Amino acid sequence: MIQMPTLESLNFGVAFPALSLVIGAVLLLVVDVFLPERRKGLVPWLALLGVLVSLAVSMINYNEVGEAFSGMFIADPFTSLVNIIVLISAALSILLAMDYLRRTEMEHRSDYYLLLLFTTSGMLFMGAANDLIVVFVALELLSIPLYVLSGFRRPNLKSEEAALKYFLLGAFASGFLVFGIAMIYGATGTTNLPGVWAGTAAIVESASPSLYLLLLGVGLIVVSLGFKVAAVPFHMWTPDVYEGAPTPVTAFMSVGTKAGSFAALLRILVVGLPTLILTGATSAAWANTLAILAALTMILGNFVALRQMNIKRMLAYSSIAHAGYILMAVAAAGDPAVGNQGVQAALIYLLTYAFTNLGAFAIVIALERNDGTGGQLDDFRGLASQRPVLALLMTFFMLSLTGIPLTAGFIGKWYVFLSAINAGLVLLAVIGAVTSVVAAFYYIRIIVRMYLQEGDANIGTSRLSYTLGAAILVAGLGTLIFGVLPFLVADLTQGVQIVRTIAQIAGGG
Amino acid sequence: MVPLWMFLTVGAILFAIGLFGVLARRNAVAILMSVELMLNAVNINLVAFWRFQTVDTMMGQAFAAFVFVVAAAETAVGLALIVAIYRRRQSVAVEDVNLLKW
Repeated sequence: MIQMPTLESLNFGVAFPALSLVIGAVLLLVVDVFLPERRKGLVPWLALLGVLVSLAVSMINYNEVGEAFSGMFIADPFTSLVNIIVLISAALSILLAMDYLRRTEMEHRSDYYLLLLFTTSGMLFMGAANDLIVVFVALELLSIPLYVLSGFRRPNLKSEEAALKYFLLGAFASGFLVFGIAMIYGATGTTNLPGVWAGTAAIVESASPSLYLLLLGVGLIVVSLGFKVAAVPFHMWTPDVYEGAPTPVTAFMSVGTKAGSFAALLRILVVGLPTLILTGATSAAWANTLAILAALTMILGNFVALRQMNIKRMLAYSSIAHAGYILMAVAAAGDPAVGNQGVQAALIYLLTYAFTNLGAFAIVIALERNDGTGGQLDDFRGLASQRPVLALLMTFFMLSLTGIPLTAGFIGKWYVFLSAINAGLVLLAVIGAVTSVVAAFYYIRIIVRMYLQEGDANIGTSRLSYTLGAAILVAGLGTLIFGVLPFLVADLTQGVQIVRTIAQIAGGG
Repeated sequence: MVPLWMFLTVGAILFAIGLFGVLARRNAVAILMSVELMLNAVNINLVAFWRFQTVDTMMGQAFAAFVFVVAAAETAVGLALIVAIYRRRQSVAVEDVNLLKW
């Protein structure tokens, strides 16, 4: 009954990017214990090295396709692109953390980087999951270190509070996820995503009562991953946690968790359940639900952000709004004809958002004072006269978040809107366009404060540290390059084809 | 033999009790216990589905084992966070944890 897996069925080679990071994190855990106190400064560099090795392997093996661990893990261009997004975010946030931890006198607490590596590897496994069990375990591997990281600035009360809120709601959400997975397992008799795909097709065709189990399961999974990506109405924790957590953690959370959770959502819905089409409908049953969630998320996120006076809270609501735009692409992927296009649009948006948002947060870190203050919008007053370069870059990132042409943000929005219109979600695209205009108000409000209002921007650092400067530079370059050379992202995502065709099934794929 | 729907009903009731506990209780430890209840409801479902539908593969049982291993890890981290909060505020009631508000 129990068979030993063979080396071929384990197929370690294709899982190398994720495995190398996990092995690196475990080795670093040991190294960290034996390093003498005065050498602790080495740990962030080693962590960065691990992330870059994994990134390089993901890029070299970009187009490799294969399954590992007896079909539990799948490597394809989708996996590689998610890896690249997550690993770039991780590398940038290590650079941000090096500056932040030094200034807040937490430099000796090098376990920060270990937790960061573990949560990053959770995100990598989310993107590569080919089985619902892997989705669950990866989600927990992603979440548990993040709970600790949000409370990392203890004994700061706000940070501890953020950790507790994130933990209670996160654990609650993972309960929904496993219940949903159990329902899908009950309906189809398997947790393997291609198996779920085959099972769903049979259930829909015979209209058996298992259909209700499937619908319940999908609903619960959408609720739980909706929590993780901060979609309305499951967004209540986001502003509190983003404000209370240490800023580099917030920066990473807003990008990495979104990338990982959206990757898992796309894997489950588009790979596993695209054929869950009810009689008389043209797109999958989950597409309408996601379209409504997307509309709510874009409207509420953008309108509430207008009222925020704290930059971290404002960026939290802005990240809720951006989750809405990505959800729009996921909803579009529910139409079988636009499936791959929707998936590509969601990934392009995540890639461009990663650079832009990390850049914006890097500048917030540069301005933040060491006691955690300095994050009000009014603290940006007069920044242009004191730190013209920082102000210019902040303007650039804000324009990119708005989605002005020649910035990466525009390219992301362009592909998302295109896929929504192709899937016939014209009303949703209109809502997206209108709320983008609303969003312009609060992004431009910061630019106005920096350039047109007088004040002494009392910034936290008199001189930028090299690591922070490097992070801002990379984020700015990424935003610029993807903005002016849009064919790069098109080339990058061309190979991302995760919608299963009948031919693949016949070929035993 | 006990039919499948009975197991599923017990699972659903346990899940609902857990859900109610998370939403209604004010004590962080009680919320944590309610989350555990939700996860155990899932385990009942998983094992029941395994027994009635796919006895020849171990998938359902293996998944149930994963669920409680992960639940244990989650509880360990959660209790550590609650202890850290308790040391500073002498309270684990979630309405006392209210510095951050919109």
